[in-house]
Amino acid sequence: MSEEIVFDCLHAEIVNYCLNNSKDQNDLGTLEYIGFTTGYRLIERLTRDVGRFKDELETMKFICTDFWTLIYKKQVDNLRTNNYGMYVVQDKAFRFLTRISPGSKQLEQAPKFVAFTCGLVRGALSNLGINSTVTAEVQTIPACRFHIEVNRG
Amino acid sequence: MAFCIAVIGKDNAPLYLATSDVERELDLQYHVHAALDVVEEKCVIGKGAPESKELYLGQLFSTENHKIYGFVTNSKIKFIVVIDSSNIALRENEVRAIFRNLHMLYTDAVCNPFYIPGEQLTFKKFDRAVQKLMSGNV
Repeated sequence: MSEEIVFDCLHAEIVNYCLNNSKDQNDLGTLEYIGFTTGYRLIERLTRDVGRFKDELETMKFICTDFWTLIYKKQVDNLRTNNYGMYVVQDKAFRFLTRISPGSKQLEQAPKFVAFTCGLVRGALSNLGINSTVTAEVQTIPACRFHIEVNRG
Repeated sequence: MAFCIAVIGKDNAPLYLATSDVERELDLQYHVHAALDVVEEKCVIGKGAPESKELYLGQLFSTENHKIYGFVTNSKIKFIVVIDSSNIALRENEVRAIFRNLHMLYTDAVCNPFYIPGEQLTFKKFDRAVQKLMSGNV
């Protein structure tokens, strides 16, 4: 438990640091980019002892199980796809949101706590050869949904 | 005794190349380049086949003087090792161990925040470790 809190605190500080340094409070680009580079490097290490991925879906499954477990200590609750390059990952208790109390005012602040993860997933997929766009959607805290759109061609 | 270890990036650009014999470096580089085609072939044809799950590709091809082995990571980084045909001390298992160590070194290098992915690997620490890997096996 005490080890896990360190990552939560670090994440909260990164969020504060990035947003206080930028002029626009809604500028999440820096956060997303930090996530991207982290994911890009991290996946290199995480896939070291894993066999080659057969296809896109297998890669996504890896992200939802192994990758998610290592970072958030739990698996995602649901992974859905339309088989045309659109994936929806649902986490009913997203780690960075579990410490925030539910409410409409808090909901406005939610985007800055999911931007890092969007980048993380995008970076990991990018290094595995999948070019994608990742967006997040928070309807009620602490549930979160990530939309991964694979850019083909 | 010739020995060569090369790291090739996603777009087939060389990231790192080390040889034990500087005079024959060019010749060894040709072998590495020739091996890339074989790597590509193995990765495409092997799709779906159960044995292709492994990152280690085995011996890619051999010439009169050299044996060339390959390894491709999940992120499409290629490792190529060229050894002398006369070198019988290195068997399949030893080559496997070299790749495993090299993979370990590479992942550590990528996690270095000063390394920009896709650039050449110029770290002294990485270089020293690879040289050690080579000298331990020649």
